[in-house]
Amino acid sequence: MSLSKDAGHLLRFAYLFVIAFVVFLVIRHFVVPKTFGEYGHYRGSAIAEIASRPMHFAGHEKCETCHTDIAEAKKAGKHEHVSCEACHGPLAQHADDPSIQPAKINTTVLCIRCHAESAAKPGIFPQIDPVQHSGGVPCETCHQPHNGL
Amino acid sequence: MNIDRRHFLVMLPAAAIAWKYVLAGTPEESPNYTKTDHWWSMLIDIPKCIGCGNCVRACAAENDVPDGHFRTWVERYHVTDWHLANPEVISPDGGKEGFPAVAKSAGGEEGFSATPEDAGKYFFVPKLCNHCEDSPCTQVCPVGATFISPDGVVLVDQTYCLGCAYCVQACPYGCRYIHPTKQVADKCTLCYHRITKGLTTACCEACPTGARQLVDLKDPNDPIHAYLKTHSVQVLKPQMATGAKVFYNDMDGSVR
Repeated sequence: MSLSKDAGHLLRFAYLFVIAFVVFLVIRHFVVPKTFGEYGHYRGSAIAEIASRPMHFAGHEKCETCHTDIAEAKKAGKHEHVSCEACHGPLAQHADDPSIQPAKINTTVLCIRCHAESAAKPGIFPQIDPVQHSGGVPCETCHQPHNGL
Repeated sequence: MNIDRRHFLVMLPAAAIAWKYVLAGTPEESPNYTKTDHWWSMLIDIPKCIGCGNCVRACAAENDVPDGHFRTWVERYHVTDWHLANPEVISPDGGKEGFPAVAKSAGGEEGFSATPEDAGKYFFVPKLCNHCEDSPCTQVCPVGATFISPDGVVLVDQTYCLGCAYCVQACPYGCRYIHPTKQVADKCTLCYHRITKGLTTACCEACPTGARQLVDLKDPNDPIHAYLKTHSVQVLKPQMATGAKVFYNDMDGSVR
């Protein structure tokens, strides 16, 4: 008898702890995202969200499904392994809807990004001095960019 | 069906495990992609890099990277003698618009009077997140907003990130930044939205010389395995023990 009487104040304290713990569990249930801990200490569904971001580059495989003639021409030249969008820019929109036409390329700017002469570039890479070589004449006047001649 | 207490106790843990799978629900839509079948990384072939900046522009276009911040960037090193600890490094606007030309001929313009041999060596080093196996950046996150995905890509959950920037400080490679408008950490995702659909990253797609190659270390048919057996390959800052897995071929000792 005397034991339970003495333990009364301890039990009341213990009930308080139990209630606080239950409240904590309830709040935790609503606050922690459902997929948290699915793979580790993070929100598992974040992976799928990041994977579903929109693309801007279609990838050269997609270009080649329609532009077979260009893909064929490229095989003959030094630009064989240069992807379409390396020069033409991101064109996923055009790939999804061919009526969206890409902007015309200014070769006097584009070509020299790679081929302007610089001692810092690897020696085996073909380089020209843009001023002496053409003096501002568009590159495609003489060269065929798709087969790199 | 009669179940005595002994059997009931034996079945409890099994039921708990089964209930966990019920709660997890069905896996998200990714029909032909199994995360555990991949371990992504990248190979960078320094002698092939011409410093055109195509990768930097492609990355910015693909991932809407704000101006002045970079998920990938290119540095140009200039080493003249034995002082490997003090190379001259430039990266104007991350190399987005290329690099200033270096005159080739002796007595050339722009104050270059020496021959290229005397002027020392130049080379370009493209940089990006190393997608470390033991990444310091994911370890310091206080809320679990950044993590290594089951396929080896270090990602940021931007809906969960607080923007405290601990991870920005923790990365020894300077690969993270706080997005100026979203106010959360942002970094290279290795174009996770592309590689999970069988495409390569935007930077690899745009690289004209093949200096950057996406690599799947878990794919036994990936050419990386033959490449690593026959080339001198390094990672950046191996002394940091981050398990970096962006491999650099033929990298000079001055690269930091």
